[in-house]
Amino acid sequence: MKRAITVTVNGVTHHHEVEPRLLLVHYLREVLGLTGTHIGCDTTSCGACTILFNGLTAKSCNLLAVQANGATILTVEGLAQDGRLHPIQEAFWEEHGLQCGFCTPGMMLSALQILARNPDPSEAEIRHGLDGNLCRCTGYQHIVNSVQNAARRLKAEAVPAIPVTATAQSAGGKGGR
Amino acid sequence: MAVTKLFGAKVKRREDPRLITGKAIYTDDVKLPGLLHAAIVRSPHAHARIVGIDLSGARQTPGVVAVFTGADLAGKVGPLPCAWLIPNADLKTPPHPAIATDRVRYVGDAVAVVVAEDRYSARDGADRVKVDYAPLPVVTAAEQAVAGGAPLLHEQAPQNIAFRWKVTGGDAAAAFAQADAVISQRFVNQRLIANAMETRGAVADYNPNTGDLTLWVTSQNPHIHRVILSGVLGIPEHRLRVISPEVGGGFGSKIFVYPDEAIVAFCSRELGRPVKWVEDRRENYLVTAHGRDHVTDVALAVRRDGTLLGLRGRTYANLGAYLSTAAPGVPTILHGLMLSGAYVLPAIDYEVVGVFTNTAPVDAYRGAGRPEATYLVERLMDLAAGELGLDPIEIRRRNFIRKEQFPYTVVTGITYDSGDYEHALDTALRMLDYPAWRERQRRGPTDGKLIGIGACTYVEICGLGPSPVAGAVGFQGGLWGSAVIRVHPTGKVNVFIGEKPHGQGEETTFAQVVSDELGVPIDDVQVIYGDTAVTPMGWGTYGSRTTPVGAAACAVAARKIIEKGRKIAAHLLEAPEADVRFEGGRYFVEGAPSRAKTFQEVTLQAYLAWNLPPGLEPGMEASAFYDPPNFTYPFGTHLCTVEVDPETGGAAITNYIAVDDCGRAINPLIVDGQVHGGITQGMAQALWEAAVYDDRGQLLTGTMMDYAVPKASQVPLFVTARTETPSPHHPLGVKGVGETGTIASPAAVVNAVLDALRPLGIRHLDMPLTGNCIWNAIQQARMKTKGVSP
Repeated sequence: MKRAITVTVNGVTHHHEVEPRLLLVHYLREVLGLTGTHIGCDTTSCGACTILFNGLTAKSCNLLAVQANGATILTVEGLAQDGRLHPIQEAFWEEHGLQCGFCTPGMMLSALQILARNPDPSEAEIRHGLDGNLCRCTGYQHIVNSVQNAARRLKAEAVPAIPVTATAQSAGGKGGR
Repeated sequence: MAVTKLFGAKVKRREDPRLITGKAIYTDDVKLPGLLHAAIVRSPHAHARIVGIDLSGARQTPGVVAVFTGADLAGKVGPLPCAWLIPNADLKTPPHPAIATDRVRYVGDAVAVVVAEDRYSARDGADRVKVDYAPLPVVTAAEQAVAGGAPLLHEQAPQNIAFRWKVTGGDAAAAFAQADAVISQRFVNQRLIANAMETRGAVADYNPNTGDLTLWVTSQNPHIHRVILSGVLGIPEHRLRVISPEVGGGFGSKIFVYPDEAIVAFCSRELGRPVKWVEDRRENYLVTAHGRDHVTDVALAVRRDGTLLGLRGRTYANLGAYLSTAAPGVPTILHGLMLSGAYVLPAIDYEVVGVFTNTAPVDAYRGAGRPEATYLVERLMDLAAGELGLDPIEIRRRNFIRKEQFPYTVVTGITYDSGDYEHALDTALRMLDYPAWRERQRRGPTDGKLIGIGACTYVEICGLGPSPVAGAVGFQGGLWGSAVIRVHPTGKVNVFIGEKPHGQGEETTFAQVVSDELGVPIDDVQVIYGDTAVTPMGWGTYGSRTTPVGAAACAVAARKIIEKGRKIAAHLLEAPEADVRFEGGRYFVEGAPSRAKTFQEVTLQAYLAWNLPPGLEPGMEASAFYDPPNFTYPFGTHLCTVEVDPETGGAAITNYIAVDDCGRAINPLIVDGQVHGGITQGMAQALWEAAVYDDRGQLLTGTMMDYAVPKASQVPLFVTARTETPSPHHPLGVKGVGETGTIASPAAVVNAVLDALRPLGIRHLDMPLTGNCIWNAIQQARMKTKGVSP
C-alpha cells in the first residue's frame, strides 16, 4: 500500500514510504517533525497550514503527501537562515503582527507570495492577498503593517521575498505515478 | 513607586522569536514514546435515547487498541461539575457525564472513544462504532424550551429552567409611573462560536507505577483544570500535573473543563500509555462552548430631557444541554450587574432565566456577559434619543456618572473605582470630527449610499477579584493573582506566575514590570507559566484579569525582594536600613551615593550567606498572592461610521475610532493589539457571525466555510487612542483591556447601521446585520411607504 516519495523541504531532500492517504501536513508535522505548520480547520479556510509548494502557497492539510513527490517545499522552519531571521519574521516581530502565533507561520508564507508578486503592494492588495489566512487575535491591522514593513526591508536589502531554495523545482510532482 | 523606564514603552514581545520560527510547542506538538491517539464518537442526534452500541467493528479495525463507552467510565470518571453556583436563583445542576450512557442531549455529545496506534486508525475505528439511537423531540430556543409541552432535557430541571435570577435596585415601578416616555424593545444577542485558531486538545500520560498523571491541555487556567479534574478523575491534586504549553487563542473557550480531557486521561490510565486527542474544527464547532445566545425584552423609562429613570426586563439565556464550568455566572453576575452602563440609572428590575436546550453548552466568550449588557444599554440609549429627538451623544452626556462622583456605587450594588467618561467621549468626538460627519449626513447621500454614525460608551467590570466577592456571588474559586520571583545568585531573574497568557503578551508586560521594579535589564528577566508543577496556584486568564491581578502580584513580589535586599545592603554598607535607598538597580546611602551596592552584588551575598544580618534567611526569593480590593472598571467610547448601500444592503465601515481607558498602559503596542482584535470580534458579531441550529438541533454553521470569521479585507483600519484614569486601588494603576473592543464594538456598529437606516423608518434590527438582513428590511420599509404589504 505504501508509496515511495522524495520531497525537498527547506533545502533538505527526504525519501519516505507513506500511506497514500497521509495528508501532507501530517507528513511535515509528524514524519519530518516540522511542527511549525499548523492545522486549524481542515477546510482550506484558515490558512494555518500554508506552505510554499514549488514556490507557490498551498494549504498542506488539503494535499496528500504523495502529491508532494518531487516537490520543493518551504515551511516556516526554512525562513530563518544561518541563524538570521528572514525579513518577514523581523517585520512581524517589530510590528506586533501576531498574538497567539498559531496562524503566524501560514500568514508569513502567504505574505511572502504577495511580496514576490508585487514588491510594493497597497494596503488593499495586502488585505486581499491575506484573505486565505484567518487570524482571530490581531484584527489584521498589525499584520498588514508587518507586510508593509517586510516590503521595505526586502527592498532595502535587495533580496527576493522567497528564498531561492524554496523555488528550485526538481521533479515537479511527476514521480510516484 | 519605583523609577520606571519600561512601563509605558513599546517593548517588542519576548514571546515572538519562538512563534515566528515555528519553534513554539502547542498541545498537538507534544509527542511521547508509545503515544496512542483517541477519536471521540459523537452523537449525530440532538436528542435521543441510546438503545444499543455495537463496538465489534471498531475493535476489529487495524490499529485500534481499545474502545470505551460510558459504561466503562462508571465509578472511574465522575460527572463534570459546574463551578459557578450563583446564589438566590434555585440553580439546578443536573449531572453532566463525560460520556453519555443512556441519552444524548445535543449533537456532539460523546458516546464512545476509540484509541488506536495512530490518528488515522482511531478515526477509522470511530467510524465503525455503531450506535442505535431512538430519537426524541428536540428544542433549541430558550423561550420555546420553557413553554408548556417542550421536550424536557433533565428531570431535575422542570420546564428546562436551570435558574431564575433577579437583580433589583431602586424603585422601578415608581420610575416607570413617572416616565415621560418608555422605550421598549426585544433584542436577540445571537449565539457565537469562539473560533480560537488552535482547536482544543489534550495529551494524557499516566504512570501506573507511581499513580502520577501528566496532562498537557489547551487551557487558559491549568490550575483550575487540575483542581476540577482531580475531583472528576479521583487523582489527588499533588499527583496530577497539568501543563498548558503554547495555547493558540482561547477567547474564553479554553477556560472550561470539558468531557474530552477527562476521557483522554481515563484512556491513558486504563491503558498505561500516553494518549492524545486533538479536536478537529468540526468538533470544535459542535462541542467547544458557544457564547452569548440571549433573547431579551427590555424597557427603559426616561424623562423628556433624556434623564434615565429606570430599566426593567427579562433575558432568556440559552445555556445549551448541560451547565458548562462557569455558565450560570455569565448572564447573571457579569451581565445583570452591568446594566447601568456608564450612567446614573436610579432603578433596575430585571430577571434572567437560564434555560437548557438541545444545543452545545454555552459559556463565557470574550467579554462574557458584558458585551450583552453594553449592547442592550447602548441600543436603548439610541432608541431613546430617537424617540425624544435628542442627539445620541447628548443623551449619553446628560446621564454619565461624572468624574467627581467616583467611587460610584450603581443601583445593582457594585462600585465603579474611577472614571472620566466625558473625557473619553470628547476625545473620540474630536478624533472623528463628529459635527462634520453629522453635517455630511444631513446633506444626504451623493452616491445613493446612506451614511450612519454610531456611538457606544461602555464601562466594563474586569480584573476579576476580590475573592470574598467571588465567594459571595457563588464562584467556586478565588480570584487573586500570584507571582513567585526567584533571583538567582548571578542576579538573573525567573518570574513564575499563576496566570496563563495565551497570546496576550503578558510574558513581555510582566517582564517589563519586574525589570522596572528590580532595576535589572529586561533580558535578565524570564517569565514562566503554564505548568502546575512549577508555577504558584493561580486562577487563570479570563475576564481581562491577568494584567490587573497578575502584574500587581509581580510588583508586590518584586517589592518584597527589594526590601530583603535593603536589609542586606544596609548591613554591608553599615548604614541604618532607613537610610538606604534603592534606585536604578542600586542600593545606596541617602546623601552618599558612592556608598552603594548593586542589586546583583546584594543578591550574590544573599546566596553566599557569609555575612547576612542576624536572623535573616539566605536566598533571594519572594512570592505574592495579590487579592485586589475591588474590581477594576475600564471604560471608553467607540465611534463608527458606515455607508449602507440600499441596493445591496451591504454595510461598509468607513471609520472606526476607539478611545479606551484601561488605566495606565504597560505596553501600548500590546494594548493596541488587544483592542484591534477585540473590536474585530465584536464587529463580526454585529455584521457577520452567528451560530445557527435548525429545528432538529443540527448545527448549520458547522465549518469555517459556513461561519463568517472575518478576513483581512473585511476589516477596516482602526484608529485608537487612550485616556488614562488609573485605578486608585491598584499598585500600578492598571485596569485591563483584553475585552474592551468586543464589549464596545457590537453596539457601535449596530447603532451606526441603524442610524443610516433611520430615514427609512427602520427602528431596530437584530444582529448579525448581514447584507441580506439589511436589504430585506429596506425592501419591507419601502413597501410600507408605498402602502404595499410585504
